[in-house]
Amino acid sequence: MNGLSIILVIVVAFLAGMEGILDEWEFHQPVVACTLIGLVTGHLTEGVMLGGSLQMMALGWANIGAAVAPDAALASVASAIIMVLALNGGNVNTKDAINTSIAVAVPLSVAGLFLTMLCRTIAIPMVHAMDKCAEDANFRGIEIWQILAICLQGIRIAIPAAALCFIPAKAVTNALNSMPAWLTGGMAVGGGMVAAVGYAMVVNMMATAETWPFFILGFVLAAISELTLIALGLIGLSLALIYLGLKEEAKKGGGNGGGGSGDPLGDIINDY
Amino acid sequence: MADQIKLSKADRRAVCWRHQFLQGSWNYERMQNGGWCYAMIPAIKKLYSKKEDQVAALKRHLEFYNTHPYVSAPVIGVTLALEEERANGAPIDDQAIQGVKVGMMGPLAGVGDPVFWFTVRPILGALGASIAMSGSIAGPLLFFIAWNVIRYAFLWYTQEFGYRVGTEITKDLSGGLLGKITAGASILGMFIIGALVERWVSITFTPTVSKITQQDGAYIDWSKLPKGTAGIKSALEQYDSLGATGLNKVKVTTLQDNLNQLIPGLAAVLLTLLICKLLKKGISPIVIIIALFVVGVIGRLCNFM
Repeated sequence: MNGLSIILVIVVAFLAGMEGILDEWEFHQPVVACTLIGLVTGHLTEGVMLGGSLQMMALGWANIGAAVAPDAALASVASAIIMVLALNGGNVNTKDAINTSIAVAVPLSVAGLFLTMLCRTIAIPMVHAMDKCAEDANFRGIEIWQILAICLQGIRIAIPAAALCFIPAKAVTNALNSMPAWLTGGMAVGGGMVAAVGYAMVVNMMATAETWPFFILGFVLAAISELTLIALGLIGLSLALIYLGLKEEAKKGGGNGGGGSGDPLGDIINDY
Repeated sequence: MADQIKLSKADRRAVCWRHQFLQGSWNYERMQNGGWCYAMIPAIKKLYSKKEDQVAALKRHLEFYNTHPYVSAPVIGVTLALEEERANGAPIDDQAIQGVKVGMMGPLAGVGDPVFWFTVRPILGALGASIAMSGSIAGPLLFFIAWNVIRYAFLWYTQEFGYRVGTEITKDLSGGLLGKITAGASILGMFIIGALVERWVSITFTPTVSKITQQDGAYIDWSKLPKGTAGIKSALEQYDSLGATGLNKVKVTTLQDNLNQLIPGLAAVLLTLLICKLLKKGISPIVIIIALFVVGVIGRLCNFM
């Protein structure tokens, strides 16, 4: 990688790190972060492909309450850099490079998690400094501490990214090429299954007796390959609206009937 | 009434812009307090000119605060309305303001997570990713632009809504609207996740179940095709009527083919349900991910997957 690419990679990594905590512009999502790394290193198409594959895995990764999800920021930035190094080193199958990068990304996403926890602890004295600034109405001081805290999160990813850039490309390529076929093949098989973890996390958040039938409908309808994701989204939206509308009606009916003729919700479901 | 101090649209825009950095100083002590205070600064500067009022306002907005970063927008809208009234002499004390913040952040966080993290982001992400996997730049662009348009529009309009209705909003919150949004998002989310499991979790079992030598006419007899382009045409025509099994004389059925006849994606959904169970037992997602890679390698070594 040349000097300019390295600097731009560090900038992208910094943005991704910031976003890892802010969660606003979504620069840390793999489909964005890997694309940007690909763009600044001249491997745009491969970056986009890696980003797409990694995004499918990371769809359900969100930190809610005590549940800890892998860190998407470090995973996407680091795996994209490793892929670029492998491609730069010479004769490498793009598919292998992508699959291996995904596998390498996972342990890195754990490391990213510990770094986040570290930053969130360091932020405590920072807000204490804000308290002090508040004592004498020092607006500027509070703003500066807030910006420093954000930069801290950016640096969290920028430093590991910079370190990775200095690994010789040849070494990565050789390592990749010396991997036996069963290992790269196995990684690809594993990568195909890993997406299930993210989906399972989402299911656990939203599953109730009420929503399971919709999961089944989505699953069955997806087998019809003519239905694009947009079409599926529209079907899902319509189902949700219909269901909520009927539920509202059922409530009203129950109020009027006073439970006389039995089960209004049941009637509606039968008619439906 | 004498001169009322009003927050102009520009002030509110400035707050909305800064509100995007809410989580920047997220800390284990008071969570989003620093970012919240940072967002309020333009309003505090405008509303309070005396230093002791400014100090009091800054301190009161450095108290504990934590919610979903987007649904925090209506909360900040209401807080702006309250601070404006207070600056104009209304008897609103610190407890009232903190009470509104804390009272709103809980129920709203319960809406933000399912709507944004588990419905909108998986849908847009899957849409973008499925286009990106073919190497098209349209995928990331679609995701990035659509997400940010939705996000900023939500931040701005719900903040304005909160500012306009002020404390009235707490009545709306208890009116069941939030419950409906959450329920709707959960239904849509579960539907889409079901679809994604079928489409994007790939498990292929390779063991061969049976090999059948097909009868004449059930496969393309490559040696009997006419010469030249006519041969290609004939082959394509036969392929069209026979399907993929017509390519070879021996029809190979793998375990996967059998499973697909039951229902496509059966193994994927079973795996997902298994992981749901494991996650509920408190096993870390990271452990499960690593285990899946190990299973993949073993499966490949044993020629099973």
